[in-house]
Amino acid sequence: MSTSAETQSSPHQHLQQNAQLWQIDLRPAPGQPDRMAAEKLASAHDLQLSSSLRIQSSRGFLLQGNLDQSTINKIAVDLLAEPVVETYQIGRPGDPQFRLTLSNNEIDIAAARNLVAESPSHASPSSPPPIDPGHFDGRQVYVLPLPGVTDAVAETTLMAIRDMGIEVDAVRTYRRFRIDSLPANEFSRLQDKLLSNSSVEMVVLGDLEINELLVGQSYRFDLKQIPLGNLSDEQLVDISKQWQLSLSLVEMQTIAKHFQTLQREPTDIELESIAQTWSEHCSHKTLAGRINYDDGQQKRSFENMLKETIFAATMSLRQQWGDDDWCVSVFKDNAGIVRFDDDHNIAFKVETHNRPSALEPYGGANTGIGGVIRDTLGTGMGAKPICNTDVFCFAPPDTPFDQLPPGVMHPRLIMKGVVAGVRDYGNRMGIPTVNGAVYFDPRYVGNPLVFCGNVGLIPHDQSFKQPQPNDLIVSIGGKTGRDGIHGATFSSAELTEESDITSGGAVQIGNAITEKMLMDVMLQARDLKLFNAVTDCGAGGYSSAVGEMGEEIGAEVWLDRVPLKYDGLSYTEIWISEAQERMVLAVPEENWTAFQQLCAAESVTATVIGQFKPTGKLQLKYNDQIVGDLSMAFLHGGRPPVVRDAIFRHRPEKPLVVETQTVTSTPQALAVPDLASDLLKILSSLNVASKHWIIRQYDHEVQGGSVLKPLVGVANDGPGDAAVLRPILDSQRGIVVSCGMNPHLGDVDPYHMAASAIDEAIRNCVAVGADPNRIAILDNFCWGHTDRPETLGDLVRSALACHDYSIAFGTPFISGKDSLHNEFSYTDETTGQRQTISIPPTLLISALGQIDDVRQAVSMDFKVPGNLVYQIGSTGDHMGGSHWSLIHGGTGGQVPVVDAEIALLTFRRIHQAIQEGLIRSCHDLSEGGLAVAMAEMAFAGGWGVKWSIDAIPVVAATIKQQFLEDNHPLNATSSVSNPLLLDENRTHAVCKLFSESNSRFLMEVSPSDQVKFESLLEGIPCCLLGEVTQDPWYQVSDQETILIRLPISELKSAWQSPLDFDR
Amino acid sequence: MTQPQVLILRAPGTNCDQETAFAFSMAGANPIQIHINQLVNNPKFLSQSQILCLPGGFSYGDDIAAGRILANQLKLRLADAMTEFRDQGKLILGICNGFQILIKSGFLIPSDTDGLPATLTWNDSGRFIDTWVHLNVDQQKSVFLKGIERMYLPIAHAEGKFVPRDAATLSRLANNHQLALTYCRSDGSSGSLAAPDNPNGSIGNVAGLSDETGRILGLMPHPERHVVATHHPQWTRLGLSDRPDGLAIFQNAVNYFA
Repeated sequence: MSTSAETQSSPHQHLQQNAQLWQIDLRPAPGQPDRMAAEKLASAHDLQLSSSLRIQSSRGFLLQGNLDQSTINKIAVDLLAEPVVETYQIGRPGDPQFRLTLSNNEIDIAAARNLVAESPSHASPSSPPPIDPGHFDGRQVYVLPLPGVTDAVAETTLMAIRDMGIEVDAVRTYRRFRIDSLPANEFSRLQDKLLSNSSVEMVVLGDLEINELLVGQSYRFDLKQIPLGNLSDEQLVDISKQWQLSLSLVEMQTIAKHFQTLQREPTDIELESIAQTWSEHCSHKTLAGRINYDDGQQKRSFENMLKETIFAATMSLRQQWGDDDWCVSVFKDNAGIVRFDDDHNIAFKVETHNRPSALEPYGGANTGIGGVIRDTLGTGMGAKPICNTDVFCFAPPDTPFDQLPPGVMHPRLIMKGVVAGVRDYGNRMGIPTVNGAVYFDPRYVGNPLVFCGNVGLIPHDQSFKQPQPNDLIVSIGGKTGRDGIHGATFSSAELTEESDITSGGAVQIGNAITEKMLMDVMLQARDLKLFNAVTDCGAGGYSSAVGEMGEEIGAEVWLDRVPLKYDGLSYTEIWISEAQERMVLAVPEENWTAFQQLCAAESVTATVIGQFKPTGKLQLKYNDQIVGDLSMAFLHGGRPPVVRDAIFRHRPEKPLVVETQTVTSTPQALAVPDLASDLLKILSSLNVASKHWIIRQYDHEVQGGSVLKPLVGVANDGPGDAAVLRPILDSQRGIVVSCGMNPHLGDVDPYHMAASAIDEAIRNCVAVGADPNRIAILDNFCWGHTDRPETLGDLVRSALACHDYSIAFGTPFISGKDSLHNEFSYTDETTGQRQTISIPPTLLISALGQIDDVRQAVSMDFKVPGNLVYQIGSTGDHMGGSHWSLIHGGTGGQVPVVDAEIALLTFRRIHQAIQEGLIRSCHDLSEGGLAVAMAEMAFAGGWGVKWSIDAIPVVAATIKQQFLEDNHPLNATSSVSNPLLLDENRTHAVCKLFSESNSRFLMEVSPSDQVKFESLLEGIPCCLLGEVTQDPWYQVSDQETILIRLPISELKSAWQSPLDFDR
Repeated sequence: MTQPQVLILRAPGTNCDQETAFAFSMAGANPIQIHINQLVNNPKFLSQSQILCLPGGFSYGDDIAAGRILANQLKLRLADAMTEFRDQGKLILGICNGFQILIKSGFLIPSDTDGLPATLTWNDSGRFIDTWVHLNVDQQKSVFLKGIERMYLPIAHAEGKFVPRDAATLSRLANNHQLALTYCRSDGSSGSLAAPDNPNGSIGNVAGLSDETGRILGLMPHPERHVVATHHPQWTRLGLSDRPDGLAIFQNAVNYFA
């Protein structure tokens, strides 16, 4: 058997070289499962790697220091190796005992899948398959974090060893794998895609050839100037590219002119500061810029598009409310703030972290949630984070590996990484993740979207901040390294297949505990009123945080005082690093000692890095030498306006056309559309199917305020409409969190897409009991390349809908964020053509509702057999973009519109009915329409339902059929389409069952409340459909005809299985 | 009745301290939240308290292994103070991460010549899970569990699988009534359980352990997450209970000092 073929030097040489370096290797004890290997094998299955593959794993530590063998042994036993379940080995890197040998710990793919999915009784290793001589066997792979990338376990281990009274200089962790029975040509796929991620990790094949752990090199000060005077336009553009500034020519020209008038050249740090401040990510220059919009019917010129649409709506509502205005702080702080009760306000912010998540899903999502938590923590004088929300968009997880564009990670791996990243950060922070959604569309293949949101609780008198002249600039939390340099400018650029090579520095890994410690002391300091202002270090690092906070005063920063993770950072790297878990505070000099002591008591690093000096300037110093000197006025007000054209052209209305198989052999099959099969298919479609595999990995109950959990019903597994929680433990007042999003509608009309998303977010809130007069919403636009007038036109059109419906519903937008240029470019390997994939226009609406008394909240599961079931709201011909259309390969059709007047009346009456206790269960109608919502209520409650569509008013609808050729691929795979022939009656039935009209609900009402309920709902479209039954069958009929009859267990299984990765 | 003082120990990454303090307050105790640095500097906080509670969370990130680092700190810095605390007849409760810390520090089951006889390790799924579980109670030994037969509580952990060194260890603990809480089916039946009834693959379905004195309890489920009626995942079906399951543990602890 071959051992590590890459070994080139003998172990003895290492011994000499590595006198200071020890290796401690930990493996599962005999009889214990090798979980890391099992997880990798399960993912190898996703990547369609050879099923003969076998993997063994170990984890380990490299320790550097003057340590003897008995000390190392003590560290291994007392600290690192788990009792009972692990064994360990110690030695020097390269020692022969560190070669993994075949053992009975190893498992193959089949056993691994059992191990992941089943109980321990299935974990016993199956006998290894015979080894194929053509396979590469015994290859050993070490994976280590790249130098400079956060290695949280190593940092903690270093502290814990020192705590034992042992001096050690440096620690590094690693993972190690032995790979067997894998065809040699599959090895690189395994290594690159599965064992390691080259943007944050390095790989060593064979023995570990490491002499020492590098902990940075010393830095020699060298002030850099970048001459811009007399440069040509081309040269200016080159400089922007070369320094990764993402500045346009006009912007570069403006900067050059500014320094010409100052009669000097800019330094690198000045140019970088301007680039960060002017970046799309920090200034939202496109959407807050000048836009000339033309929709074919009218032209409109915006000076500031967002201000004149979305902000304007909120302002007009606040004026209308006068003394009853419940908005506190909107569109100016890190999060929007609204009133909650007599003592507290609530803050809400949703951010995206798309590009980092495309390159390194775990780290991207991890730092995404970490960043948005710092947003609310940095709102006012600091809000206490009380819950998280997460919404993701991916390409379908079953996308064949060979259909992926080059340089793209498989969507299933992205999904697993993103979920793990959110999980590990949110759970460690002790913040419940209570709401979310996942959408699938092939166009997210190169640009997955990751939305992370956080709600915070903040006392009324702490909701505003004001740094004072001469306050100290204090940084607390994490140290600064080279992490995430150019994150802000990178996030404003397009991704290509080269991105994972050129943008490595923009990807980071978070350390949740550093942020938790920071949060603990910051909230104490807030209550002691030790500081005047706080903000987070996000994109742009100190550059953005200090630049923003000192905008109206001026600031002097002493960059040499910033605590560093390792030596060697230049003054500019310190200034723009996006190292995580840092916040900047304005602390009055007289409070510094108390503040510092508070931080020290909980081992949190706090450092004075400058002072807000009333100069109106941003002055940057390194060892008393001035390295940057910018006027705040130029930095914040000097950017030339971005001017863009936006065009929208109404797409001609087309009837809905669905693809229909020709089943020539059984013509009678055409007579009855198989509605039961349609229902099962929609329940199994990825956007509808259960997300429990994700939800259960999040702690949704920490902090003790949970009232309605994400999964509800008799078996705790039905899809709740919104989460309800009590942020104050001795109060019954609750908050309600939900969302709405519908990218499928945007292809037809982004206006109605936005209106539908707003309606959906609000009706989800209302369905569980939120007061429709107290719902605040957020917008998150994720769009393609908005330099194209058509793409920007779609966005402006949806912003106009946001304006209109915000006013119509009396629902204010309080904060928002955009992420533009979500496109992926690559060269098609077969044609050599340049290809671009743009994401569909994607608008997430997140809603934050309130409920007076959580004990009035309503869940969506059927409660009692014999209760009546009503549909509220009217059904229209809204089959365009519906899930029924999707499963039939449909195109065209009318998308749902929103009648705000009737919708608002509906929401208010429903709220009244809920407050009066008339509603036993309530569910909103969304993806899949009525038939799907009814099924969900039935299987969540564990009861059947017998109902009829007769009472629903008939809607004139047309569905055209396109009969496929016999040799059409859809004809061969009946999974996409099924035989149907739609006469007028059938069309009506399909529309009633599956239309996705907005503003509709299903309600369960006790017969004893029937009269009261019906009179309360008078004037609102409302029809009695049927009743809850003991008999666990779902049966719906049209007049005398039974359309669908299925056991609820079959419906539930169809809904639960597609995204259950454990099955 | 004397109102016992509960020392709720915080450390970097502790995150269930506030709701645990709230649960103890509801039961009539006086909780104080003390940071580990504070306690190491001033172990007197222990002598002034009657109950020590190690709440849930991710102490030190659960880096290396869940609870390991704080367990080491307790052994290194507070072993004498904690032993004295226990020997004075006082109570120690470890919830979730607190259970992991208690077992890994040897306060629940002391080490013998071969080291610790049992541990808590990764769930069989290899992942964190938040779900509700049914529990059977052996109330013979633990003062925290007097009068409780069954409980329905949430779990939220990644490393909650109980693994004893061998079958003899498990049966010794069982015979000694130290297997205080075990996962069971909704009807109370047990036996060879798989997920979701035994959510992490614990050997012997073990969810909580008592020490030999009955005055130290460690458990993976979170009783502080079921102390008000709206905590129950099915309160909209079953109605609002006036005796949420988790509260009894805190009340027993307080009543012990009555």
